[in-house]
Amino acid sequence: MKVARAVAWRNIHNWATKPSMLVPSLLFPLFFFTAFAGGLSRVDSIPGFDYDAGYTTFVYGFVLLQASAFGGIFTGFAVARDFESGFSRRLMLGAAHRGGIVGGYWLSAAVRAATTIAVITVVALIAGLEVHGNGIDVVGLYTLALLMNALAVLFGTGVAMRLRTMQAGPAIQTPAFLLLFLAPVWVPYDLLTGWVHAAATVNPVTLVLEAERGLLAGEPEKVLPAFAVTTLIVGITLLWARGGLRSAERVA
Amino acid sequence: MNEVLLLARRSVVRTLRQPAMIVPALVFPLLLLSINSSGLESATHLPGFPTDSYFQFALAIAFVQGALFSANSAGTNVASDIESGFLNRLSLTPLRRVSLILGQLTGILALGLIQALTFLGVGLAFGEGIAAGVGGAVVIVLLSLTISLAFGSIGAFVALRAGNGEAVQGVFPLFFAALFLSSMTLPRDLIEIEWFQTVATWNPVSYMLEGFRSLVIEGWNAEALALGFGCAAGVAVIAMAAASSALRTRMVRT
Repeated sequence: MKVARAVAWRNIHNWATKPSMLVPSLLFPLFFFTAFAGGLSRVDSIPGFDYDAGYTTFVYGFVLLQASAFGGIFTGFAVARDFESGFSRRLMLGAAHRGGIVGGYWLSAAVRAATTIAVITVVALIAGLEVHGNGIDVVGLYTLALLMNALAVLFGTGVAMRLRTMQAGPAIQTPAFLLLFLAPVWVPYDLLTGWVHAAATVNPVTLVLEAERGLLAGEPEKVLPAFAVTTLIVGITLLWARGGLRSAERVA
Repeated sequence: MNEVLLLARRSVVRTLRQPAMIVPALVFPLLLLSINSSGLESATHLPGFPTDSYFQFALAIAFVQGALFSANSAGTNVASDIESGFLNRLSLTPLRRVSLILGQLTGILALGLIQALTFLGVGLAFGEGIAAGVGGAVVIVLLSLTISLAFGSIGAFVALRAGNGEAVQGVFPLFFAALFLSSMTLPRDLIEIEWFQTVATWNPVSYMLEGFRSLVIEGWNAEALALGFGCAAGVAVIAMAAASSALRTRMVRT
């Protein structure tokens, strides 16, 4: 626990005190929210678009997921940077329980995501976000978001600990980017066409996104399957991160 | 003149030798085009949407997004020359400042040409053709190069002003903000949120996009083309002047 706290504190401190790390992680989800909620608001007039809480709320569901995932992905970059600078090697020699290192990165990713989500939520509320769900729905909404954050950071940590270089960036970012954008981002699933519709059908993020939008609209749907699938993937990525740690231990 | 050509050759070779600079600049705009055109095809059902194919509408985004990568690449290249001391040695030569910057940006123009031809090829292969015909395709390439020069000059200015690559990376999100706050996803008259429509109307990137769209969707539209080329050239001239001034300041300090 001590190791996890120390690693988390260092990462959060680095992130919060370096504008080059803090600003993009806050700005990018805001850009997406502004561009989609503002630029595409007319899309809710398309025949077949059926979402009572409005387009701003519809987009918020996606940006919430994106901010959660990218909080984890950016932490994966920090792991890679720590290996490249040699810090991780020293950390591994000094840590009594190395599992705490992964725990620390996980904790820092959760703090990053929570901060970004707080900023986006304030902006979204100003822009007209309507939450029709009750208290339990809201708890479910943000728990799902934190689970997404966990699976992203565990995946990113697993990759970074295996490759141990900043060159790992695209290998961490690209799968996350593809999974997020091959879901019903701008319109409901039924209005997707072409290959993106086919991809969204098998993409687990579609399930999570639909559950989040349902919770926001106060009409929960597919919530249990979304939790089940996300928890299962978190379990798999936990094993993946543990494998990465073992791989890093062998060379430390 | 000979020195400028040597500088231009070096810039082209250096850019083309870096797959990490070329591949993302081609792949990401195409990926976004592909995802956008499938994800937003239903937007063509909106009354007043100018075409029944969102792919035709979104093709313009690939050209502008590709040019945004030019800003990053140009800035990174110039910053690397500053950090390695190459620019200091160049400042001892009798080269004119604008020539020096143009020489540095030739590689970005080469990258812009590769991007424009690739996006045009993809547009012709998967879209419904270019409404303005072969001449329109040539104008699309010219507009694309002008925009690459404009954004590349901004990247060079930031690098010359700040002197390091990290600053260029830090400014990169602002370029994306300019793209996102434009008529990127819907025509301006279909944007419902008033403040967003106002920002998009004042944003020169909207007119660059509309210049491309006029050629792809409508055919020849003198007003859209004049605004597209005018905005791109205007940004290029202002950014080039700013970069030249920043270079003078840097040389004086040296």
